[in-house]
Amino acid sequence: MKLTLKVWRQNGPNDKGNLETHQVEASEHMSFLEMMDVLNENLISEKKTPVAFEHDCREGICGTCNMVINGRPHGPQKGTTVCQLHMRAFKDGDTIVVEPWRASAFPVIKDLVVDRSPFDRIIQAGGYISVNTGQAQDANAIPIEKDLASQAFDAATCIGCGACVAACPNGSAMLFTSAKVAHLNMLPQGEVESSKRVLNMVNQMDEEGFGMCSNVGACEAECPKEISITNIALMNREYLTASLASNTTT
Amino acid sequence: MSWFSKFLGSSIGRKLLMSLTGLFLISFLPVHLAGNLQLLAGDGGEAFNTYAEFMTTNPLIKFISYGLYFFILLHTFLGVRIWLRNRSAKGSKYAVSSTGTSSFSSRNMAWLGIIIFAFLVLHLYQFWLKMKMGVLEKVNVAGLDEPVNNLYAPVEAAFTDPIYVIIYVIAMIVIGFHLWHGFQSSFQTLGLNHKKYTPVIKGLGAIYSIVVPLGFIVIPIVFYLRHAM
Amino acid sequence: MKLDAKIPAGSLEEKWTKYRSTMNLVAPNNKRRIDIIVVGTGLAGASAAATLGELGYNVKAFTFHDSPRRAHSIAAQGGINAAKNYQNDGDSVYRLFYDTIKGGDYRSREANVHRLAEASRNIIDQCVAQGVPFAREYGGLLANRSFGGVQVSRTFYARGQTGQQLLLGAYQSLSRQITLGKVEMYNRHEMLDLVLMDGKARGIIARNLLTGKLERFAAHCVVIATGGYGNVFYLSTNAMGSNVTAAWKSVRRGALMANPCYTQIHPTCIPVSGDYQSKLTLMSESLRNDGRVWVPKTVENAEAIRSGKKTGLDIAEGDRDYYLERRYPAFGNLVPRDVASRAAKTACDEGKGVSPTGLAVFLDFSAAIQRYGKSKAHSTGMHNPSDAEITKLGRAVIKEKYGNLFQMYEKITGEDPYVYPMKIYPAVHYTMGGVWVDYNLETNIPGLFALGEANFSDHGANRLGASALMQGLADGYFVIPYTIGQFLSKEIRTPQIETSAPEFEKAEQETRDLLERLVSVKGTQSVESFHRRLGKIMWEYCGMSRNAEGLKKARKMVRELREEFYNDVFIPGTANEFNPELEKAGRVADFLELGEVMIMDALDRNESCGGHFREEYQTPEGEALRRDEEYAYVAAWEWDETEPKVHKEELVFENVELKTRSYK
Repeated sequence: MKLTLKVWRQNGPNDKGNLETHQVEASEHMSFLEMMDVLNENLISEKKTPVAFEHDCREGICGTCNMVINGRPHGPQKGTTVCQLHMRAFKDGDTIVVEPWRASAFPVIKDLVVDRSPFDRIIQAGGYISVNTGQAQDANAIPIEKDLASQAFDAATCIGCGACVAACPNGSAMLFTSAKVAHLNMLPQGEVESSKRVLNMVNQMDEEGFGMCSNVGACEAECPKEISITNIALMNREYLTASLASNTTT
Repeated sequence: MSWFSKFLGSSIGRKLLMSLTGLFLISFLPVHLAGNLQLLAGDGGEAFNTYAEFMTTNPLIKFISYGLYFFILLHTFLGVRIWLRNRSAKGSKYAVSSTGTSSFSSRNMAWLGIIIFAFLVLHLYQFWLKMKMGVLEKVNVAGLDEPVNNLYAPVEAAFTDPIYVIIYVIAMIVIGFHLWHGFQSSFQTLGLNHKKYTPVIKGLGAIYSIVVPLGFIVIPIVFYLRHAM
Repeated sequence: MKLDAKIPAGSLEEKWTKYRSTMNLVAPNNKRRIDIIVVGTGLAGASAAATLGELGYNVKAFTFHDSPRRAHSIAAQGGINAAKNYQNDGDSVYRLFYDTIKGGDYRSREANVHRLAEASRNIIDQCVAQGVPFAREYGGLLANRSFGGVQVSRTFYARGQTGQQLLLGAYQSLSRQITLGKVEMYNRHEMLDLVLMDGKARGIIARNLLTGKLERFAAHCVVIATGGYGNVFYLSTNAMGSNVTAAWKSVRRGALMANPCYTQIHPTCIPVSGDYQSKLTLMSESLRNDGRVWVPKTVENAEAIRSGKKTGLDIAEGDRDYYLERRYPAFGNLVPRDVASRAAKTACDEGKGVSPTGLAVFLDFSAAIQRYGKSKAHSTGMHNPSDAEITKLGRAVIKEKYGNLFQMYEKITGEDPYVYPMKIYPAVHYTMGGVWVDYNLETNIPGLFALGEANFSDHGANRLGASALMQGLADGYFVIPYTIGQFLSKEIRTPQIETSAPEFEKAEQETRDLLERLVSVKGTQSVESFHRRLGKIMWEYCGMSRNAEGLKKARKMVRELREEFYNDVFIPGTANEFNPELEKAGRVADFLELGEVMIMDALDRNESCGGHFREEYQTPEGEALRRDEEYAYVAAWEWDETEPKVHKEELVFENVELKTRSYK
């Protein structure tokens, strides 16, 4: 299949950047990233600079790959990362526009590569359970309802790719933050620190310059792991309780 | 109170204020509609003017009305601030934008809100201000000793003016869209999302955001048609 | 060089307990003054960095990723073993130990493996306490499933994303230490050299990948936990970035590469579909709990499938050869990975492969769907359910168990695995070999430790399923925090190491020279093309089966390719900027050296064992033929540009009897 690619090129955070047009010949069995590999091999053979894009596991779990394809983070297929998106989702002769995640908190480093370190700092603010190695009791000492464990898992399945922020017209990171809050606050192990956790994580999220959630729902629709915005409601609830009802005053 | 100001200043705190003020305004609309429907009584405005008199003199209602003005301003002010912050948080725009994954309303709450606010200014200028300035003529109504403001007259004048009727109808449609997202969104912000009840809230929200604006729309159209005929 | 494994004295069961209770300690006030570098933030690295931070050491942690959470441990699917015996099915520490030794084809150290089995129980406790959402039964207690090569259910899992959940647990603990200031995290930094001072590992040279700047980092000791080298084959289930560089740079500084020829070929991967392919995708071994492996009995039927005239559904039950069940009745579809992989290769070599390339076998869930469907219908009180109802219910059960894997398969192949049997083929997955370490996980360079897949220590010649996660976390949470004290207790008087020392100067210069050399070639071929060619050589001659003639040829080819690489590679841009092509080039350069050592090791080992199958050494039935009298040793290779040298560590078996591995 013959494709016209319009790829975002930007040489560093302060460069203005623009869309560059290329023709690529691809097979429908290729993954989208393999098609990008072909483009880069072509560029290298012409002694040009290849398009910088991030990717690693190429099986949809590491959360490294990130591209907005025709206006949609991770492309047109529901619940699919770019690396798992295959070219059979496109037609011969298509024009495909590829852009980086756009959000002020995720500045572009080069071409399609953005800085997602704010996510790490949000986790560092409280996205953990404070248990030192060796302090744990027997794993079966706390029975956890199967459905609850499964709900916590659904939230924990977040891969931290940032598609939620990229999709959100407000550049909000509520889905990411709430997924971790929900995962840990839901479980009995995480309950002890639940107030502190949600306060600190929301605070950090705000400090990073993310926008505010206005319940648009684009995050949920574009999340490759289909994380639900019910987690955001849960976080709102936890935050309200922690702010107004808990003894925590900081 | 540092924790409290911190709470209200946080993203979730601000959203909470948006949600609560929004819900208050939502609860006001049916009251307003109930009053307005008296315009259709066909009694030359007697019922409506009685109602208007009651609304402007009852101390409790007066107190609530100040709250209302305040909440309208707060809702607008906060909404605009959130909108500005969100715009800067988003930064640059995509060359291709996708719209299939979210509703029109949800993406345009700020614009819808700004249009509604502009309409409110016009609306208040036309009716509320005239009433407050005491420039309205006085009429006698049954059951009250003193003559009351004839608010019916300017309403009738406005609702027979085709331009105003069109503006009014458009504004109500805009309110409908604003409510379409705002109603259920305010519950989500409050953390009220539940497998069993959220579909009910969404259903109610949809009905509300169609029925209430429709109720408002019916009045000027009836007036206009009556007049035209 | 005499290799001393430093295995403590005493009975097998008591070795670790006794050793741990008597080893040297570093007092808390001294820990505060000691710096440790941890390279890699996968399961082993993140758990080690977090735990060492908790203990009070000053840790500097490094990853080349944009975040520590991206390490490839995240992609592990099936589960983690632990000798909890929650299922009351006869499991014990000894049984896990024994299964692992046997599964590894008697090429691992007894003492290490026993310690691993002991620690396995604590790992599950620790992870649950961290909030890892393992699968549970209706009673709220932890669920288990079976994996290949064992007859008990000891595998804990979180759907098909166990690695992700465990890594996030370790990442969260690491994040906590970062907040507490005990770990300093360096993202997007790649270790490009090891710095030795007076023969001890005292620091690293790392390249800041965003700026291209070389930076020096000093510490009292260095821990590498940078994973395996499966990407030497180009196509593997490893992530695109997985590489051997940190380990290889250590080898170039004198560490030894142990058993590099032991490569695990995983039997259930999605087959190669074309030349453009950049990686292979694993379908978890857990699928073999319910999936039955087969090929058509006749070559004619296989040909009809290959040409698209028939599908798997068209082959009648009697015309199918469930070859694993036929050849290995005791373990059936759950034989260990090396056995299953070779059997698949044999079937395809006989012309019975079922994909257009001829390199695929079926993994069929229809029997399981029927079985689960009937049981579900029964339990929900349905009488006389129709076939369609049974299939529907059965598919729902399968979906609950393996939903994400089935979805992944469909995305990649475009074929619905609920209807058509999956097509699978073996692919490179894990490397049992790695940097040589002693019982303390210390390499032959004092102060240099290697953990997880990066070391060679626990899996012998073949790793059992769900044991990699176990080893990574055991090393990081429960072994290194103790054993590192054996070295550091002697270092409490060592002042802070200065990066201004001439050793750092020299290492940095050498690294800069290498990078400059690479970018200045400005040849005509891309890095990727060299990597592909290397992969083809390795897979062809040093893959699922090897022979002396091929290996000799391959060594020559790799050496030639290496020379060509340094003369004709094209790397755009410079070394002083964000340059992903240069990063790749450095990694491929290291693979080009490692590949040669792997080939030499495979050639040196004149026997078949585990993942190493030499065609010259097989039983009449085509099973691996071990030669214990001559080859019960660890081959530890010292790098030398012209002629790498092998050092041997004899393996002593005091507790298990060396037997021919049988899964019949």
